[in-house]
Amino acid sequence: MKRRDFLKSVSGIAAGSMVGAPAIWSQAKADARSETLLVVTEGGPNNLDIHGVGTNRPGYETSWNCYDRLITHETRTLPDGTVSYDRDRFRPELAEDMNIGDMSVTFKLKKNAKFHDGAPVTARDVKWSLDRAVTVGGFPTVQMKAGSLVDREQFVLVDDSTVRIDFSKKDRLTIPDLAVIVPGIYHSELLKKKATEKDPWALDYTKSNTAGSGAYKVTSWKPGVEVVYERNDNWVGGKLPQLKKVIWRTVPSQGNRRALMERGDADISFDLSSKDTSEMKKDGKLVIVSHPIGNGMYSVDMNVKNPPFDNPKVRQAVAYALPYQKILDAAMFGLANPLFGGPSNNVTDLTWPAKTGYVNDMAKAKALMAESGASEIETTLSFDLGAGDVSEPTSVLVQESLAQIGIKTTINKVPGANWRSEMAKKTMPLMLNFFSGWLDYPEYFFFWCYSGQNAIFNTPSYVNPDMDVLIDGARAAAAIGDREKYARDVEGFISKAYNEVPRIPLFQPFLNVATQRNISGYVYWFHRQLDYRSIVKA
Amino acid sequence: MMVTIAKRLMTVVPTLIGVVIVTFLLTRVLPGDPAVYFAGPAATPQSIAEIRKSLGLDRPLPDQFVRYVNDLAHGNFGNSLSTGRPVATEISSRLPASAELTLSGLLLSIVIAVPLGIFAAVKQGSLVDHLCRIIATAGVSLPVFFTGLLLVYVFYFRLGWAPAPLGRLDAFASSPPDITGFYLIDSLITGNFETFRAALGQLMLPAVTLAIFSLAPITRMTRASMLAVLASDFIRTARASGLDGRTVILTYAFRNAMLPVVTTLGMVFSFLLGANVLVEKVFAWPGIGSYAVEALLQSDFAPVQGFVLTMAVMYVALNLFIDMLYGVIDPRVRLEA
Amino acid sequence: MTEGGTADLKSLYRKRRVRLRDFRSISGTRIINLLVPMAFRSSQGGVAETDRELRKVGTSLSAPVTELQPKPPTNSIFRHAVYVVADNPVTGLAFALFVLIALGALLGPHVVPFDPLASDTSATLQPPSLRHWFGTDLLGRDIFSRVVAATRLDFAIAVASVALVLVIGGLAGIAAGFFGGWTDRIVGRISDTIMAFPLFVLAMGIVAALGNTVTNIVIATAIINFPLYVRVARAEANVRREAGFVQAARLSGNGDLRILLVHILPNIMPIMMVQISLTMGYAILNAAGLSFIGLGVKPPTPEWGIMVAEGATNIISGEWWVAFFPGGALMIAVFCFNLLGDGLRDLVDPQRRT
Repeated sequence: MKRRDFLKSVSGIAAGSMVGAPAIWSQAKADARSETLLVVTEGGPNNLDIHGVGTNRPGYETSWNCYDRLITHETRTLPDGTVSYDRDRFRPELAEDMNIGDMSVTFKLKKNAKFHDGAPVTARDVKWSLDRAVTVGGFPTVQMKAGSLVDREQFVLVDDSTVRIDFSKKDRLTIPDLAVIVPGIYHSELLKKKATEKDPWALDYTKSNTAGSGAYKVTSWKPGVEVVYERNDNWVGGKLPQLKKVIWRTVPSQGNRRALMERGDADISFDLSSKDTSEMKKDGKLVIVSHPIGNGMYSVDMNVKNPPFDNPKVRQAVAYALPYQKILDAAMFGLANPLFGGPSNNVTDLTWPAKTGYVNDMAKAKALMAESGASEIETTLSFDLGAGDVSEPTSVLVQESLAQIGIKTTINKVPGANWRSEMAKKTMPLMLNFFSGWLDYPEYFFFWCYSGQNAIFNTPSYVNPDMDVLIDGARAAAAIGDREKYARDVEGFISKAYNEVPRIPLFQPFLNVATQRNISGYVYWFHRQLDYRSIVKA
Repeated sequence: MMVTIAKRLMTVVPTLIGVVIVTFLLTRVLPGDPAVYFAGPAATPQSIAEIRKSLGLDRPLPDQFVRYVNDLAHGNFGNSLSTGRPVATEISSRLPASAELTLSGLLLSIVIAVPLGIFAAVKQGSLVDHLCRIIATAGVSLPVFFTGLLLVYVFYFRLGWAPAPLGRLDAFASSPPDITGFYLIDSLITGNFETFRAALGQLMLPAVTLAIFSLAPITRMTRASMLAVLASDFIRTARASGLDGRTVILTYAFRNAMLPVVTTLGMVFSFLLGANVLVEKVFAWPGIGSYAVEALLQSDFAPVQGFVLTMAVMYVALNLFIDMLYGVIDPRVRLEA
Repeated sequence: MTEGGTADLKSLYRKRRVRLRDFRSISGTRIINLLVPMAFRSSQGGVAETDRELRKVGTSLSAPVTELQPKPPTNSIFRHAVYVVADNPVTGLAFALFVLIALGALLGPHVVPFDPLASDTSATLQPPSLRHWFGTDLLGRDIFSRVVAATRLDFAIAVASVALVLVIGGLAGIAAGFFGGWTDRIVGRISDTIMAFPLFVLAMGIVAALGNTVTNIVIATAIINFPLYVRVARAEANVRREAGFVQAARLSGNGDLRILLVHILPNIMPIMMVQISLTMGYAILNAAGLSFIGLGVKPPTPEWGIMVAEGATNIISGEWWVAFFPGGALMIAVFCFNLLGDGLRDLVDPQRRT
């Protein structure tokens, strides 16, 4: 294409979309620009390997795009045109065949699958990788456990291209758990060479190098600045992506990210604030995609072990005092599904997250407070500064309302990286919290957030044997396919949770993404990170 | 000369020791528990305890301190929790970025402030003088991050004159080979003018932000110093001898007034290195300032300690350099030494 | 003022030597407070001292020949003030502004039209109008009320920081200057250690470690300004140590502590006044910077810095008023304090007028 024509076409697009075209120095650069994606977000990865210790969420994105898994999800298109992963339908990625038996599942690998350096992917690599996932500890091992993948013995090498995974018990979540980011397939031959006595799984090497077979490989990583990916042209996991290069830049200032998008200097701005989203939607210059975060809930959590919130009437009083609609408007600009104002706290269907029966009713709240016997309460309201966009206005509104029923709160902002530590301590009396589970099933949410194992995510420290019976019952029922028992138990535990209300649901937030008009192919994934493989740039 | 340097270094040692101790204590007092961070979500109390042990955090403070000093002696600044890389590597790779930015800001500031100060001194008491003072003071009265964001809004967003605030280089430009680490110098050395222009463009706004902030002290110092010198005997003599105003001011007065100005420059430079932190955040500049801030907010000890120590050493080196420069500029100082 | 001093050239150099060495042994200098014209502190020698010495040896005053100075008034501070202000109208403006700010701090929260803490989500992010003079913020709160109410907090932060550092730094400094020896060395080392830190990072570290409350912000600001006050106080005390009136006081049986507090401290106050007003401006800027990082005051407290930090992200989306008005108030206040510093110095020490 002649430069003149190209420039004409570019200026045509620019005029049409009313954003300035970035300066073009040369033809080569211009071509490169059209096959390169520039993504901007607030933070970048601290580790390119999800198995690493303390890997942050952006690190998950790199693992997702650079490593393959045995299976992945199909996608489906929702009525409003957005594309999402399909929770219930799988398709092979690295495996070409999946055979589900009674207590095991067998995978046959694709014959022509190769790692980035050209070495073939064999079943040995699969076994090594799965062993790694259940052995390294930390988050990856816990995630594997959620699907009852616990022991290395479960992973059996049948032959060079066949792997069998034996179930430790029947669990509905085992197969979906194989499609999450954690059980990625690593280049075991290469990594065994890089391993040392102290570091038998070569975690140090994979921290800054990708050793996978995925659609992209990392060619340059400057921590805190950018990650540069290049396409793996020999990818067999799916349709070859259109984009040859992806540059992921860290731009800490929210205003600057927005400015970059509006001026056309960046292609995708991922995970926008609700405010920017609602305004940019109105402007219409960019394409905004919003999708509710599956199995995700923003809530006000209370520590039920210690006074004053060990008293259920106090908790219910708080539930009636919260200014739900105000919060939805001010913090989320309406970009969330309300989880309040439902018909009743006793739910009758399996929709999850479900609406509670609570509404903003000050009179009722005051009456409950009076009944509870608790009088002037002074406490602290904590929240994660990392989610400041939503939490800051919410905390102020909650503070105002609680003051009206005699609960005086001081706001405690906890810096993002300390939030986990604070949660682990389990001493915060009152907090704003967000949780979302990768496996989009209510029993999964309850397993983490309400069960007696009192995991870190069980922020209210709610331990109740009756609840555990219901949760375990639901999981068992799901495993054997007993729909009726499943429904009864799920409705049971949701209703119990809402009546005893250790945690007051507020809303289910949306994940917002802004792209330029010439970008398409965005797919919403359960892990809430960006999948570059489906993106197309016109 | 060498004796002076040696003597100065001696006075510096207790300071450095103090810095090491204070940094260590401060970072240990920060909230947040690295062991929990490492253990990841769904960590059990046992796994947290294990990790704490492996990090050496369960030992008493004096023990930890001894280990820390030992590491320092071997040039080991520890590893950053959040990026997992050795702090020493990260600091050395990020330092040129901060230095380039600060030096550019300082240079820009000097180019504006010194003539302004001279002008104000020459026309003392006039409207120009007052205006100078007001402008200089105004620049330093706004928080530096606010100035930065305003500049981004006006010059990038509204007018489009400045390039996107994406850091040192546009995403699509390639960085020059790493000779000094200063993009401007490296690209010039290798003759890569495109990169030079790109790097210069990216540097403009943050440098202007810093320059605005440092105008005041330099202007005032120049002005004050010039005023004092202009009132002195030898200037009167020069004027009386019939030398024209220009020569008097520039050749005679300014040269003599330079000394305190040089001192101020040194001070301003070290202050700017600290104030860099906010500017780097606004412009996504990959310098040590933003590195240290992020680490601080994540209760990540090692980078903060490394950063502070680096700055302390640089500060000392800078003062030493200025003292030597003194000797070069003013022979009287050399004499007394 | 310097006492004694011989007029011959040799001792002139000797005196200068002392000054320069002093200056360097206090680890060069650092602009802790950017707005102080560094050369004009007697501790540093440099030009002003040189000039003074030169003048003692017989050069003329620095007043330009052409200007006809009005006759210097008698011992009336007020008349002197008027004289200074007349010569420099900007200072007058600064004084007036200061009074306005102080009034705002005192009366502000009582005269505001809306409750600075009351949110109103039906009226969020509205541009300035007749009802809301400065518009409303993200939660529908009236920005004008918040800006005026914030005056009290910011003024309090400024005053508290300064008071604290004056007490610790000032006392430490005059003790060091007066007693010399080990006191001097220890105070000097502490001061150097603090100065070796990148100051804003030190403030951040202190607030992060202790928690972000107003008290801790004040403490952090005081600590990072400590070296500056120590230096000024020390130099002044050093100079006055051998002064006649001090010797007289000692002879009449006053103990050291009494001499320090009753004789020396009041004499250095005028010099410190200059420092104080500049530090006040700096304290407010410091709080703003900390808020930007997330270590500032807690919401929903109205404070200029945190309002600017929160509103900064709204600039791009066009809601300029959220950051503009608090930013403007902040700028005016700091500006005023800086100019006030200049004015006070003119008032206190005409020789050092810039």
